[in-house]
Amino acid sequence: MNGYGDGYGDWEELVGTALLGTDRRQGGTPEALLDAAAVQALRRRAGLRPAEAGPRPEPAAPDPRPEPPEPARRRLAQLLAGRAGAGGGRRGSAPDLTELLPQWLAAAARHGYRAPAAQLPALLDAARARTDLRPQALALAGPRGHWLARLNPDWRFALRSGAGGAELPDPGDREGVARLWEEGLFAERVALLGAVRAAQPAAALALLSTTWATERAEDRLMFLDSLRAGLSQQDEPFLERALGDRSRNVRAVAAELLSALPGSALAGRMAERALACVGPEGVTPPAECDQGMERDGVVRRPPAGRGERAWWLGQLVEAAPLACWRDRFGGLGPAEIVAVPVAEGWAEELHAAWCRAAVRQRNPEWSKALLGAATDPPAAGPGTASLAERAKLLETLTQEERAAWVAEFIRAHGLSEAFQLLGVCAVPWAGELGRAVVDALEAARDAGSYPWSFSGVMGLAERCLDPAEAGRLEAVAAERRPEPAEAEAAAGAEAYWAEAFQRLVATLRMRAAMLTELTAPA
Amino acid sequence: MTEQQVRWTAEQVLALAPDDASRKAGGKLGGAGPWSQTGGSASGAVWGWCKGSGSKPYRTVVDLTGPAYTCSCPSRKFPCKHALGLLLLWAAEGLGEPAEAPDWAAEWLAKRAEKAAARSAPAAPADAEAARRRAERRAGRIGAGVTELERRLADLLRAGLAGQEQAGYGVWEETAARMVDAQAPGLAARVRELGTIPSSGAGWPGRMLEECALLHLLDRAWLGAAGLPEPLAATVRTRVGLPAAAEGAAAVRDRWLVLAQYDSVSADGRLTTRRIWLQGLEGDRKALVMDYGPPGRPPQLALPVGLVLEAEARFRPGSAGLRADLGDRFAAPAPHSRPPAGMSAGAALEEYGTALREDPWLDSWPVVLGPVVPIPGELGWQLADADGKDALPVRTGGGRAGAGLWQLAALSGGGPVTVFGECGHRGFVPLTAWQTETQADTDMGTGEPVSLS
Repeated sequence: MNGYGDGYGDWEELVGTALLGTDRRQGGTPEALLDAAAVQALRRRAGLRPAEAGPRPEPAAPDPRPEPPEPARRRLAQLLAGRAGAGGGRRGSAPDLTELLPQWLAAAARHGYRAPAAQLPALLDAARARTDLRPQALALAGPRGHWLARLNPDWRFALRSGAGGAELPDPGDREGVARLWEEGLFAERVALLGAVRAAQPAAALALLSTTWATERAEDRLMFLDSLRAGLSQQDEPFLERALGDRSRNVRAVAAELLSALPGSALAGRMAERALACVGPEGVTPPAECDQGMERDGVVRRPPAGRGERAWWLGQLVEAAPLACWRDRFGGLGPAEIVAVPVAEGWAEELHAAWCRAAVRQRNPEWSKALLGAATDPPAAGPGTASLAERAKLLETLTQEERAAWVAEFIRAHGLSEAFQLLGVCAVPWAGELGRAVVDALEAARDAGSYPWSFSGVMGLAERCLDPAEAGRLEAVAAERRPEPAEAEAAAGAEAYWAEAFQRLVATLRMRAAMLTELTAPA
Repeated sequence: MTEQQVRWTAEQVLALAPDDASRKAGGKLGGAGPWSQTGGSASGAVWGWCKGSGSKPYRTVVDLTGPAYTCSCPSRKFPCKHALGLLLLWAAEGLGEPAEAPDWAAEWLAKRAEKAAARSAPAAPADAEAARRRAERRAGRIGAGVTELERRLADLLRAGLAGQEQAGYGVWEETAARMVDAQAPGLAARVRELGTIPSSGAGWPGRMLEECALLHLLDRAWLGAAGLPEPLAATVRTRVGLPAAAEGAAAVRDRWLVLAQYDSVSADGRLTTRRIWLQGLEGDRKALVMDYGPPGRPPQLALPVGLVLEAEARFRPGSAGLRADLGDRFAAPAPHSRPPAGMSAGAALEEYGTALREDPWLDSWPVVLGPVVPIPGELGWQLADADGKDALPVRTGGGRAGAGLWQLAALSGGGPVTVFGECGHRGFVPLTAWQTETQADTDMGTGEPVSLS
């Protein structure tokens, strides 16, 4: 039971006597038994021999990346320790370490570090609890994390994700790729297809074609989805064939992908249909949904509460290449076309479809036209009043354009509706955008609002503001920081704002320190 | 000295936290945000003001040489979150140029220095005659307890162990209470342990017989202590539960490397025992320093793993020369990042065997193993010599397995590591590990100890 190798002689006999009792065995007192047992026990302990070693684990693959510098390692330990037992309640003025972990991981990855070995179990535990951390945590954990995960069932997720790279063959290794594609588990095959697609889009298509006919419908759907990355005209023949798929969902995804290729035959067919319905003279929705339309992915039955014809119209316009409208509207540009009045209540349907098309085709020109001026009141915007759709439109713009548009929006309308829009801006926020947010927070404080009305934006600001803003922010926070005596008396919004700003400053400083630690020479 | 002393690591600071809540709260205060008026002195103190929710900031001072803490906050935790936060801030960023302590900090630091000076002054001579009478009375009580325990053991063996599985815990509790009355806490603890063995799974009769036999050996040794050589007699006295005083023992001055620090809580939850393992870097002697904390309070003494302190240790007689008390310190603790030299599995068991000669009741012996490779296994982990077939089973019972073992595996990556732990008849308990610098292609050279908690 102790795990050592050797047993020992007449010990078993002594134990047998002890179990039965000396009364039931002739010729021995309890004292004599205990004396003998003491000698035996000590002899055994003093003479312990090592056990024979079991099979050793295969060593982890080497990770050529360096460990982060010491201060950064300390910081990670602190962030991972702060993760444990997150308490509820008021947030106070101290930074929220949990929220900084993803940034630390991202920054460490940018610098090409690997996770410190001693932190791997805590890191894997963190990734186990938070799926959003997994890709970054596993990338940082690298081959050793993968090696460790194989030993502990709690971390099996790390093997499924295919991250760590140890298990996937090199995309150039034809045999390895083919074997895994034939024999792998579904998740491995998805990961493999993604990896091959990233390296060589055409090779992924070829790989997929080898087994396409025999895949299950839900698997076909997932595989097809991986083609989104690196989508090109080369994929058209394959997608065109998939339009005839048995599964309606597969057909729909194939049609969606084709419509994102403005030069595809499907896009041409959809343009033809859409142009017949929409023009400067007005909107005439399709009268029926024929078989051709259905084959091209148009769904015949509308969801509850929507008219059939409007439903079909929306799908046609959404899938038609946006370039087709210039000629139809006599050479007008997107902004002018969007501004053309639309009669009979079709405007909303049409603009919404154009928004979806702009997002799908990643067309910044149309997106800008549909977004309109950031200063316009949201309800009066040309394209859409929906913040979710606006956020998607913004994603087609360059980072600079996004930041500028959202900054202008915040200056005009404040923060209450800015949350989703801020979410699509690059981190750290551009200077102009950051200043707009800080100014708006300051204005909200001065207007007597409570900071928790802005807790969402505050949380974002902690993660996304450029740490360089800390100094300016501190000035803002200090400017109104009430005298201690006064604060005690007036525990109103002011005190909470002071606390919120303090936390913001503290978080920015910590982020700045974090980043410095990670860049410092090893 | 103009240089501020070498900073500790975040782990070393967090190791001081009395509980998880403090660790977390301290972590939150470990950034510059709430702090002002911070500073540190070359002689090993740090201080600062921490803004809380009230109008007055809390004033926090830490004497790193203790370490000892004071804070104007009302928390009864020790160290409080402010002290932890201040130490984390210092660990992460330092606290600027060493400076003179401001009045509010200097006052407390001066008081500490005064007290330390008073402590090293010789104590007033006790009433020797009264003490001798007290000792005699206590020895008499223990003798009676020992005799009763012998009778109890004899009865048990006469009737046989077989009935024990049904007998339950109560019988032994009662005997343990008698030993407490007899002022023999060491015997009481062993008796209580006996009560848990019948429910400890397969092979229990063998373990029960072993423990009964060793308890019997202790009884006999007590009764015949007059005939034993003095070191063994001292061991017997401590094992029975008489406090062994370190007074009069020669002080051993060395640079003591902190190998491990861990707490265990008594079964009734009322007493926290902290064990700190030290190794002299010059004399190579190991020392076990213990401290205790009453309910809800962690022990005061805290020495983060990997620090080296230059100090005197006074070894208590008996117990194979492990138990020591720290005496005068000559410098604040400083980090030390080289792993100590390790030995093979066979050598570790030999050391344990040798130590049993001085203290037959030793359950384990502190050893540094290395280079060894951890071998995880469903049925149990092993630590195997890197260049041989010998292995020590890792003791995973007692709630000290889990996270620490995975850290050990992570550090090794299937390769060799150096591990400090307690090696004994029930297996090896790993407490601290160091990565071993072997693979030239991977930059392993951090050399920092990792506490396997």
